[in-house]
Amino acid sequence: MTERSRREMLCEALALGVGGAALAVVGEIGAASATPAEAAAEVAKFTGGKPAAKGRISIDLPEIAENGNTVPLTITVESPMTADDHVTDILVVAEGNPRPGLATFHLTPMSGRALVATRVRLAVTENVVVVAKTSKGEVFTEVKPVKVTIGGCGG
Amino acid sequence: MAEKPRIKLPTDAKKGEVIEIKTLIAHPMETGLRKDQDGKVIPRKIINKFTCEFNGKPVFSVDLEPAIAANPYMQFTARVEESGTFKFTWVDDDGTVTTAEQQIAVT
Repeated sequence: MTERSRREMLCEALALGVGGAALAVVGEIGAASATPAEAAAEVAKFTGGKPAAKGRISIDLPEIAENGNTVPLTITVESPMTADDHVTDILVVAEGNPRPGLATFHLTPMSGRALVATRVRLAVTENVVVVAKTSKGEVFTEVKPVKVTIGGCGG
Repeated sequence: MAEKPRIKLPTDAKKGEVIEIKTLIAHPMETGLRKDQDGKVIPRKIINKFTCEFNGKPVFSVDLEPAIAANPYMQFTARVEESGTFKFTWVDDDGTVTTAEQQIAVT
């Protein structure tokens, strides 16, 4: 047996294990992907064309998602969450997915905190954009790039 | 959905406390973009709406897109001021509505 590097061995093992999932994913991304422009259009529809300020939002996503089929996502927005000042809606879009929209969360003062977490699908290495609206009419946004290595090797 | 959704929230809390709620429902979340072995498109079938109410008042809801992973997991918070019942609702593309309820005692 010729000497093989640890990396090669690892890649092979991954290729075997992830093979099934990868096949399924290839089918998914076969469709044309959205462009950042489409994602921006989605955001504009959500904000009603209002300019969004940076900050207040923190996005917790893995830097590298080994399996794009289920990527944990946590969003926290700084807000007192009182009756007259709370986050009402949070939009999440991904710039490279077949369809840019991921989810829209609707919160109320009863939420107590503006914290949501779910698991999303990401097709390729792309930017995830989060936009939050507050009851005072403020709009905040934040972007986080995620590296997606679907096949397990390279990418 | 034959399987019962899983819900995790405390059984009791202090008045005004912000509690954490985690839910998960078994569902394939078929995107409508995948093809089967014969090249036919597998029709879209996802949970498109999730809502949480407390004593009949809306607390939290989500519009889900096909980009939410299979077996949709949702984690969020709620401020509780009185004892009562949380009601969770999942709406499928085909119109199926799954509901679950859980009580909380607030002191």
